[in-house]
Amino acid sequence: MSEPVTRENGQTIFPIDRSAPAPSFIIINGRVIDPANDTDDFLCVAVENGRIRSVTTHPPSNFSPEKTIDAKGKWVVPGLFDMHVHLREPGREDRETIETGTRAASAGGFTAVACMPNTTPALDEESKIRYVIQRGDESTCRIFPIGCITKNLDGQELSPMGEMVRAGARGVSDDGKSVRKSSLMRNALNYAKSFGIPVMCHCEDHDLSEGGHMNEGQVSTRLGVRGIPSISEEICVARDIMLAEYTGARIHICHVSTAGSVQIIREAKKRGVRVTAETCPHYIILSDESLLTYDTHKKMNPPLRTARDRTAVVAGLADGTIDVIASDHAPHVSEDKKDVEFDAASFGVIGLETMLGVVLTYLVHKDILLPVDMVEKMSLTPHKVLGTGGGTLSKGKPADITIIDPDAPWTVDSRRFFSKSRNTAFEGLSLTGFACTTILDGRVVFERSRR
Amino acid sequence: MALSIQHLLGLEGVSKEDIILILDTADGFYSILQRAIKQVPTLRGKTVVNLFYETSTRTRLSFELAEKRLSANPIGFTAQQSSVKKGENLRDTIRNIEAMKIDMVVVRHSSPGVPLFLTQVTDAVIVNAGDGSHEHPTQALLDMMTIRQKLGRLAGLKVAIVGDILHSRVARSNAWGMSAMGMDVTLCGPPTMLPQHPEGLPVKTTDNIDQAIQGADVVMLLRLQLERQGAGLFPSIREYRERYGLDLDKVAKLKPDVVIMHPGPINRGIELASNVADGPRSVILDQVTNGVAVRMAVLYLLGGGVEE
Repeated sequence: MSEPVTRENGQTIFPIDRSAPAPSFIIINGRVIDPANDTDDFLCVAVENGRIRSVTTHPPSNFSPEKTIDAKGKWVVPGLFDMHVHLREPGREDRETIETGTRAASAGGFTAVACMPNTTPALDEESKIRYVIQRGDESTCRIFPIGCITKNLDGQELSPMGEMVRAGARGVSDDGKSVRKSSLMRNALNYAKSFGIPVMCHCEDHDLSEGGHMNEGQVSTRLGVRGIPSISEEICVARDIMLAEYTGARIHICHVSTAGSVQIIREAKKRGVRVTAETCPHYIILSDESLLTYDTHKKMNPPLRTARDRTAVVAGLADGTIDVIASDHAPHVSEDKKDVEFDAASFGVIGLETMLGVVLTYLVHKDILLPVDMVEKMSLTPHKVLGTGGGTLSKGKPADITIIDPDAPWTVDSRRFFSKSRNTAFEGLSLTGFACTTILDGRVVFERSRR
Repeated sequence: MALSIQHLLGLEGVSKEDIILILDTADGFYSILQRAIKQVPTLRGKTVVNLFYETSTRTRLSFELAEKRLSANPIGFTAQQSSVKKGENLRDTIRNIEAMKIDMVVVRHSSPGVPLFLTQVTDAVIVNAGDGSHEHPTQALLDMMTIRQKLGRLAGLKVAIVGDILHSRVARSNAWGMSAMGMDVTLCGPPTMLPQHPEGLPVKTTDNIDQAIQGADVVMLLRLQLERQGAGLFPSIREYRERYGLDLDKVAKLKPDVVIMHPGPINRGIELASNVADGPRSVILDQVTNGVAVRMAVLYLLGGGVEE
């Protein structure tokens, strides 16, 4: 078993040792927030054999744990789940590996991630899904792979969804691009119904967005940068929703960034379409004004939109139109970001190690989301969308637990990240709140102290 | 007198005072250019790299002449392809050039924002010679110099800039610079060649050329990139010429002392009829002459040159 990995700011990753029995312990004095059980109260969480033994008002009398964790002033929540990350392995291990990506996840308070299939090769068949799952078994975070909708993300032929689901894929997506052919997308939605999996839609009309590098708006006019109009996203959101409505399939709209998309999804939900949606921290707090210095660490796809879109996305989170917050963690080396001109820079930012802090600081502490809403959007709902059975502290469930210090002040410093990459949009940002303990299968995999 | 800016990245945010200083200095160099010996020693010993990632004939020639007439040492660097395709990234390229101990970089690049990027990775003084569709500040400065030369003032003049506004760095630089100087600017082109969100610029936009040029003191035509037809931005050259080309019929409706400009190279018979380009109101060759003077002024003021 490998040694713990530490960072100067008090963070430690403890690689998991499954050969040793999981310790029994009890978490006391914490505010337990477990939306699946309608719980938000000061309770004791007892863990034994890697599973939740009980959640009770007082420590159970017939339980003598090896260890007691005092969670005074902290929140005890079902392990957080980031359902949209890019782990880059196989293929681009210079950007991230499954090991470094899952460490970053643990440090961010996540006990599970869903990884997108746009690796090299793409995750479009059973053996590749199995590879990721096997690597996940050795890591500090659960991995739920997403398979391709189309073979090699080419948009031409359906991937073998049945085989991939049998191997453990929890959904399908051609994330990074949309399936251009509406006829093929219709088939994909129909086909996915057999397996009960959602189709995760990257919504982009590529004819409208082609050649664009940032949101089309007055900022792109000033900068002389070719724009990606909001309608390129909205047209595809509308198409995929209409296809889902027509076929009765279940879809999940990835990384919602525009006011129009929020409205289209809101109306679809009212009609009863089986649609869920996610957005990302950068769409919650940033807008295209951040690009006035051509900062490539603010370049992602979909692009940062206008302040009006940002407000609408936040409103969509508050009223439940947007179900999930995910990071779209997209590692890139500096050769593809900081060292090149804006047009040549890759799209994408990392987010696993900053998402919880951003959501606490900008949504929970500002009373836009209740703590329980946050736990729903970052744990219970993503688990439901991908049908994992996780996201709760119910008795007998695997003890995946995140202990959050909601009031800890800290400053984003990418040099302290466990991720291999440094392309954060939030460098230097002051945040309040982080994960102080991450527990996977009843084993502490991450700890962070206030410094 | 000194400029308040250290680099010339664009005219957005550049003050009226700085623009006046550059234009006044350029007028001085213009007089020198009328002499038999056109060289001054003000930048002797300074090395200026002309880093051209996009092909350019006149801008590059104009900068080189300006550098030589200031007694600087110009070094050329032409890359037909972007650095990425060449296998060396822009940061490495500029760090390598800087390691050869240079003082100033004149840069042209197809990607907007490259001049600003260079200021972040090198200590050299950066002059933007055109970055994508963003800015081309020395062009706008030479345009303003020419207008001032012909009409004696800038403030209050009405200017129409006509053509492919969407992709034009000349239009953007003039929009900022002329607005700072108190000029009344209208950008005009077919709706497909106007920004969808023009409110990012401090000027008016219209697709109606008659409205744009009515009462104008200055009409500037932009070069039509013919490949835009394939991109679906206009249906045919004939239709473009009829609607947005400046011919004698349209000139007849203009003020008698109107100034007609073009940043070159001209598509004769498309945006500008030959008899207008070569006619009495055209100042196109004056623009070229003034270009050298303006670039001398910019290099001199930013390069820390000494008065003779």
